Amino acid sequence: MKEEIIIAGFGGQGVLSMGKILAYAGLMDNLEVTWMPAYGPEQRGGTANVTVILSDKPISSPILSSYDTAVILNQQSLDKFESKVKPGGTLIYDPYGIHRAPTRTDIKVLAIPAMDATLELGNAKTYNMILLGALLSARNLLSTDAVVRGLKKTLPERHHHLIPLNVDAIAKGRSLVE
Amino acid sequence: MEEVKLMKGNEAIAHAAIRYGMDAYFGYPITPQSEVLETLEAEMPWETTGMVVLQAESEVAAINMVYGGAASGKAVMTSSSSPGVSLKQEGISYIAASEIPALIVNVMRGGPGLGTIQPSQADYFQATKGGGHGDYHLIILSPATVQEMADFVGLGMDLAFKWRNPVMILADGVVGQMMEKVVLPPFRPRRTDEEIRQQCPWAANGRHGRDHRNVVTSLEMDPERMEVNNNRLQDTYRKITEAEVRYEEKFTDDAEYLIVAFGSVARICLKAIEEMREQGIKVGLLRPITLWPFPTKEIERLSKQVKGILTVELNAGQMIEDVKLAVEGRVPVYHYGRMGGIVPAPAEIEESLKSHFLNV
Repeated sequence: MKEEIIIAGFGGQGVLSMGKILAYAGLMDNLEVTWMPAYGPEQRGGTANVTVILSDKPISSPILSSYDTAVILNQQSLDKFESKVKPGGTLIYDPYGIHRAPTRTDIKVLAIPAMDATLELGNAKTYNMILLGALLSARNLLSTDAVVRGLKKTLPERHHHLIPLNVDAIAKGRSLVE
Repeated sequence: MEEVKLMKGNEAIAHAAIRYGMDAYFGYPITPQSEVLETLEAEMPWETTGMVVLQAESEVAAINMVYGGAASGKAVMTSSSSPGVSLKQEGISYIAASEIPALIVNVMRGGPGLGTIQPSQADYFQATKGGGHGDYHLIILSPATVQEMADFVGLGMDLAFKWRNPVMILADGVVGQMMEKVVLPPFRPRRTDEEIRQQCPWAANGRHGRDHRNVVTSLEMDPERMEVNNNRLQDTYRKITEAEVRYEEKFTDDAEYLIVAFGSVARICLKAIEEMREQGIKVGLLRPITLWPFPTKEIERLSKQVKGILTVELNAGQMIEDVKLAVEGRVPVYHYGRMGGIVPAPAEIEESLKSHFLNV
């Protein structure tokens, strides 16, 4: 099993956090993981992206030319990464704010209205977890349980009461795919 | 078994330093390595192991604090990034000349000048050829994984004490900023003052019954005695060159072409090699782990086997000079590099190798 993922959007949308939670969940399932951010000033207001690799074998490069799956949160990132999804790969994107939709036909394209879904849930901070749920479902990657164990491991205890809200958001994301 | 953790390379360095029993860290923040100081401040080791963590007023102050701490036999370290390491060079030269151990971490960024904060390997020359003034060498360790970031803290400090010579961990921003799995080294206590007196009879830490006071200095007014000092340093460097070369080989057994790359770039190259091997192109990888001493003999051996060598570096071609010295013209040696903080993708490396050797 090996999944090479790019998550890209605006700084502040929870791109790096989503990658981190995914990586921790991979760790909980005893997978090899790498989390490589495009770090720097572009994280503040500009675009942000992170490459996450999950694999049952040792991982060579943490930096990639192409990806099995792209999770795209804004137009700039769609323009940049649509062509870098491997043929047969998956592109998940939120149509909110997208004015040039993906055009490729050799990949699986999933439009996940995550922004609308966060409004339904009533908490804007669940945005990235809805997309994480969609990613886990679309690629059949990790169990929600692994994500919860990862969250318990990484969140300070004073934030553990937020875990059920995140579980709901992941379930919402999953339901948008299924 | 020790717990597997997920953390950044910079964080791993901080945790490994505390666990090694480091006596002090002196530093000044600079991207992309500020997490070293930040993690140490968050962990507050002064309350547990007694390790000193101090944010100095400048890089120059920090390296001179290292000089002072090291002269007293303590295990001390600093970390910075390229422009900050340039500021430290005078102090590093003094530490090398004084034959005392210290650990310096450079998480390189794009240069020259203040440059960018993104990954680079443009300080290879500075690190391996001296950097400061005078005839001296640091032992240079080049980590490619977060695990090696953690492991090289202890290895580097041990080598520094073994040879009484400063050691540098020369990392790039990729391995500093990325997170991956790491098993941290076990805790060991800081050495007691009595252990330091026994293990470091040269240390300037009080007379303690000796008939003389130890003085640590790099100054020598008599040229003939200075030449003796120089010859002693050179003798140490020869012994280090014989004893401490470290490297990793992958797919070299049947390789027809060789890529030489260090740090995280070696991993990007490995991905390119895996893809080329699927196409039947027999490419191998040699990753120098010590950049000084350099794995000259190993590259010489492989140059008698392969048809050509490609070095891949995040610079304009620096390590390629050491590779060419090892190859002595037996086979063509080419360079592929990106600069300024740009990191090549595996496909670029594949394309470069094919264009040089396979007319593709």
